[in-house]
Amino acid sequence: MITIVNYEMGNVGSIENMFKYIGVESKIESDPDKIKNASKILLPGVGSFDTAMRKIKEKNLLEVLEEKALKEQVPILGICLGMQLLTNESEEGSLKGLGWIPAKTMSFKDRIDKKLKIPHMGWNLVNRSNNSSLTEGFESFEEARFYFVHSYFVKVENEENSILKSEYGLEFESAIQKDNIFGAQFHPEKSHKFGMKLFENFARI
Amino acid sequence: MLKTRVIPCLLLKGGSLVKTVKFKKYNYIGDPINTVRIFNELEVDELMFLDIFASKENREINFSLLKDIANECFMPLSYGGNIKSVEDAKKIFEIGFEKIVINSNAFNNLKLIEELAEYFGNQSIVGSIDVKDTFFGKEKVFSTHGEKKERVDVVSWAKALENAGAGELLITSIEREGTWDGYDIELIKRVTDSVQVPVIANGGAGSIEDIGSVVKKANASACAVGSMVVYQKRGMGVLVNFPDQKRLEAILR
Repeated sequence: MITIVNYEMGNVGSIENMFKYIGVESKIESDPDKIKNASKILLPGVGSFDTAMRKIKEKNLLEVLEEKALKEQVPILGICLGMQLLTNESEEGSLKGLGWIPAKTMSFKDRIDKKLKIPHMGWNLVNRSNNSSLTEGFESFEEARFYFVHSYFVKVENEENSILKSEYGLEFESAIQKDNIFGAQFHPEKSHKFGMKLFENFARI
Repeated sequence: MLKTRVIPCLLLKGGSLVKTVKFKKYNYIGDPINTVRIFNELEVDELMFLDIFASKENREINFSLLKDIANECFMPLSYGGNIKSVEDAKKIFEIGFEKIVINSNAFNNLKLIEELAEYFGNQSIVGSIDVKDTFFGKEKVFSTHGEKKERVDVVSWAKALENAGAGELLITSIEREGTWDGYDIELIKRVTDSVQVPVIANGGAGSIEDIGSVVKKANASACAVGSMVVYQKRGMGVLVNFPDQKRLEAILR
């Protein structure tokens, strides 16, 4: 059972539906008491960094998420903004991130060719930087590609925490991992068979 | 990875999917949700939904249908049909759509595009233009699903939409739409020659060769397809399908 955390940062319907489609049980939860019993957590997110961190605190989710991630060490997957929240900080805001993976969230602006549009929006290729249970079987695809929408990107402090990399004017982490904590910059729920493979992998961890 | 996007463009009328010919003859295709499920299996990279009567009837956007669609779609989505305000757009994005398409409501009100682009970013805004030759052989731009003739020419209107903030343009030939006769390459080329933003060619696709030629000859960045992905063949029954990725890659190489 995968618990999808609902903290009012984006529509989670298609995430739930993709799990249903691949035959994995999931439920959407916003109540910290219920999340306490989760065995696997998905942290989605669309919106801005500070708003998301504020919402997590307002809804009394910070404590339970830390308990689950760091003490109980249940598998957690952050997607899109949810992955950026795993890092220490973001150039998008002034609040601290969850800081579970030593990494920084940085802005594309002024770092990439002016001709490249921001946000980075569209399908893009991913390349494996380190083996991970999250990307198992990706070699069976001729080219693994995912759908991205983001204006900020993640750079890890330790290369071992990068599991997928992509390029958009510069190289950035399209997926990260530290122990039981995973992040994906793209939207698996919008990346049909590639997203399904990733979700299946997460369900098996 | 395909650099050219091939986008099924699905037409909503009421709660159903229809397919038109030259913006007329509304042929029932099926239930949108079932169709979306088939496109999921076909691993389509992007889908566009246009509610072709919403502006004409000045009707509220069918948010509950859009929500059902978004929840079943495992690929990026765009929607067009009587989007009038930032508020409307906000709801559509919250539902889980990635882009919005604006056509009729931009006429006499380019500010709408400006506001939407300002709020959501150019990349989420598709400006749409429908073009047809009049009885006297003069090319005209039409709004409200081919009903109202507008006093602009396609190139200057394309530029105006781009300047107002549309990050992409959807150019539809009304006379080609639903005919399987191929895109209006000359029209698409005239637009791609005069704007910087990506242009989605629409109207007339009947084969992957048509897709290949509008990309190569007219520099289209993307191709919208209708009839060829909802019918078995020209003149035959409904069959939701999508061209083989390998064949597309070969023709677009």
